Amino acid sequence: MDFQVVVLAGGVSKKLLPLVSHELPNALLPVANRPVLSYVVELLELSNLKDLIVVVEGKDTALNVGAWISGAYADRLHVEVAAVPEDVGTAGAIRAIARHLYAKDILIVSGDLVSDVPIGAVAATHRRHDAVVTALLCNTPVSGPLESVSSGGKDKAKKPGRYDLIGLDPTKQFLLHIATGAEVEKDLRIQKSILRSVGQVEIRADLMDAHLYAFKRSVLLEVLDQNGEFHSLKHDVLPYLVRSQLKSEVLLNGTPQAEENGTEKVISQSNQQMLSQILANASEPTFHLRHELSTNGSDSVRRTHKCCVYIAGSNKYCARLNSLQAYNDINRDVIGEASHLSGYSFSSHNNIIDPTAELGAKTTVGPHCMLGEGSQMGDKCSVKRSVIGRHCRIGANVKVVNSVVMNHVTIGDGCSIQGSVICSNVQLQERATLKDCQVGAGYMVTAGSDCKGEVLTKK
Amino acid sequence: MAQIHIFLHAFILFLSLFFVVTNEKKHETVTEVCPNTPSVSPPLKSKTTKAERRALQEAQRAAKAASKANGNSAVAESGKAALAKSKNQSSLKKDGPPVTSEVTIDKKSGNRPPEKERKKDAPPQRMQFDDQNRVGKAKRRALVNQTEAKNRVELFRHLPQYDHGSQLPNLESKLFQLDSVHPAVFKVGLRYMAGDISGVNARCTEMLRALQEAIIDYSTPPEKVLIRELTAKISSYISFINECRPLSISMGNAIRFVKRRIAKLPLSHTDVEAKTALCSDIDRFINEKIIIADKVIVGHASTKVRDGDVLLTYGLSCVVEMILLSAHDVGKKFRVVVVDSRPKLESQALLNRLIAKGLSCTYTHINAVSYIMHEVTKVFLGASAVLSNGTVLSRVGTACIAMVAHAFSVPVLICCEAFKFHERVLLDSICCNEIGDPGALATVPGRMDINYLENWTNEENLQLLNLMYDVTPSDYVSVIVTDHGMIPPTSVPVIVREYGQEHYLI
Repeated sequence: MDFQVVVLAGGVSKKLLPLVSHELPNALLPVANRPVLSYVVELLELSNLKDLIVVVEGKDTALNVGAWISGAYADRLHVEVAAVPEDVGTAGAIRAIARHLYAKDILIVSGDLVSDVPIGAVAATHRRHDAVVTALLCNTPVSGPLESVSSGGKDKAKKPGRYDLIGLDPTKQFLLHIATGAEVEKDLRIQKSILRSVGQVEIRADLMDAHLYAFKRSVLLEVLDQNGEFHSLKHDVLPYLVRSQLKSEVLLNGTPQAEENGTEKVISQSNQQMLSQILANASEPTFHLRHELSTNGSDSVRRTHKCCVYIAGSNKYCARLNSLQAYNDINRDVIGEASHLSGYSFSSHNNIIDPTAELGAKTTVGPHCMLGEGSQMGDKCSVKRSVIGRHCRIGANVKVVNSVVMNHVTIGDGCSIQGSVICSNVQLQERATLKDCQVGAGYMVTAGSDCKGEVLTKK
Repeated sequence: MAQIHIFLHAFILFLSLFFVVTNEKKHETVTEVCPNTPSVSPPLKSKTTKAERRALQEAQRAAKAASKANGNSAVAESGKAALAKSKNQSSLKKDGPPVTSEVTIDKKSGNRPPEKERKKDAPPQRMQFDDQNRVGKAKRRALVNQTEAKNRVELFRHLPQYDHGSQLPNLESKLFQLDSVHPAVFKVGLRYMAGDISGVNARCTEMLRALQEAIIDYSTPPEKVLIRELTAKISSYISFINECRPLSISMGNAIRFVKRRIAKLPLSHTDVEAKTALCSDIDRFINEKIIIADKVIVGHASTKVRDGDVLLTYGLSCVVEMILLSAHDVGKKFRVVVVDSRPKLESQALLNRLIAKGLSCTYTHINAVSYIMHEVTKVFLGASAVLSNGTVLSRVGTACIAMVAHAFSVPVLICCEAFKFHERVLLDSICCNEIGDPGALATVPGRMDINYLENWTNEENLQLLNLMYDVTPSDYVSVIVTDHGMIPPTSVPVIVREYGQEHYLI
């Protein structure tokens, strides 16, 4: 269908720092015992998109990701992994792979998106309106009850930083304004020309930009070429396109009249005008057209381009893994409400216990839990709403509540883990108590330690 | 069923005619052959009988071809005679078995060429949506899954009616699954379904443009012939577009033109040559049949507009708009009455554009047309198609306007390009129509308080009907302005015959 898909899988992000490391990049962070990139790849595969370009920051990370992808998806998909230098931003990443892009439209997906929104619908909206960019908007996911204090957000005033302020037109098809909540301090600036042509702008704070965009390739590359300082697609390119939609400076059709299949122009210039008049009069005039036509007397025709949105239905799940809080939330959701995303089948107790896992006597595993393969639990343990990875050794009398435990973890007897994330190869000795902590990979928690809200990593 | 009986009886009569003729011929051939070879009589006898049978066949074929010329009248007469005969039920039953065997023999021997011609002339059987078998088969072949609407009106069960709420999201989510459909064609289908394009000229142009792009991207697979493959592909695209929104009659003309041009491509052409030829043909079609035709129509019709006229128009016809604007540009002084109707309220866009150019307009809804008609001097209407008996298929409400105009002795001018003429005949608005979204009738935009029909789908006794087209009989039409000139509605079959499909693009 003339679409190319680019997955921006990031590198090793600072926001998820204790969890990610050189060996475990962003994209391979496990959510419900599956790397988070696998959710995006499965979603694309469901929509019959088998040709992907995955962009990763850093050469080693790229090798890592590439190895995993070829292991898991070698026969089903055709994936090219491209490595870009670190810290170029999403715009820089697209610039780097520009020569691999040839289709008419590009679909750019962020690699940390966990969602089940039909991608075809976004692409269809893009095609239907002949838009320059189409963004996917979804309802802001409800944040978990336990705010992770150590995420660096000590000032509570920054709490609503995760939402976006979106301006829509009355038909909810066009994007008139976009700003991240974090950028807005006191006031919101809206273009007067846009307001005048549309008449009514609806500002919403409950919608979130899901970082899934459909761009027209020629326009995207042109904008990136002309504005070398653009660093991020979401913060720079998108607002630029939205702001300039009625004073378009981008060439919409590439080489317009040059290609006529080699024959001489059968339709002369005036006839072309008449034809476009017929076509314009026949369709519902959008505010773009009204703006174009209302050029009173000025010779230069004001060109416009369209920025569309697709608003995901309220029954669809959509979340991005961009902070520790989000990591906890998504884990909880995927094994909880959005369980259809995880791809596993739930047992009668509403949890997933791998057949090779061993449970000791009197051990309870509550609903919405997950036990990976080869894990062993001692006696009298209780697991509630948690995810436990593969090959873990958990001693007796251990309580794991609302946490994520990755692979190859050893937990001594009598530990109590609440609301924490424990990475791979960690060793917890007896009677350690962790509450709202993150333990980096390979760390050893000494016996009897009592930690609240700390980040424990190897120095 | 009565028709089958009449047909059968016509056959019987033909047969009787032929057996009389051939019996004479038989005698002739026998007398001819026998004197030549008397010695080899036993094989000769079979030979002569074979040759004689062949001669019989030829004679039957010739006679049939000859009688076909004046056979139409003969059929009519025999039809009437058969009617009289069919009242004898018992003779029917007796004749049944032996006659069918004779009929089959005759069919095998001499009937094939005339029947082929007859089949070519008769239009292909149209899809009727109250026939369960065919609907089931079509659904299995369909690319777009559509759920049928509930609460359908009985009289219009033969027309497709789908649930409008779920149509568009369904199609949208299938963008990447429908690999067999070209992106440009998918886009056109999507825009049709969403209602972004309306009006025959625009729809036709968009569809032809999409077909052009599909042809450019097409490449013949190895070992296959371009003509057949391309025709098959285009047919599949057209059926996809048809599923998105039923094609109008005049769009069928455009599609037949494209298929004819493909069939006429010389086999010696390479792929590239064929594709460029087709694309330039389509361009010429759009140019000559739509754009230049519109200019010619505007030229003709503007002469009919005089100073002091009050012109009435209904609905959104691009040709009528062009006529009004060009007459205004030339400097004639006239007023325009724009009549509109729910639920589409299309004329408001026209009204906006006319006012922007400075024409003085009056705006009213169709319920008041009989009150304003006494002021009107001429009525200009557009058409979606014009049929062979002079009837005009157009937006629903046009017939009403034409009738009222006729009652007030106001001339009605239909402005329509020649490619919209079709050899079909329609007598009513029921056989061929399109059903729009009934939900649009239930809601009034901007009036939240009128919500009495909110749950109309749940009401068992309520059926909403939103027809899109209606048929204006030729009595109410004064003249049809086309690019061939201004013709009375009775001359439409002449145009269809003389300037029909074979003569496009000469």
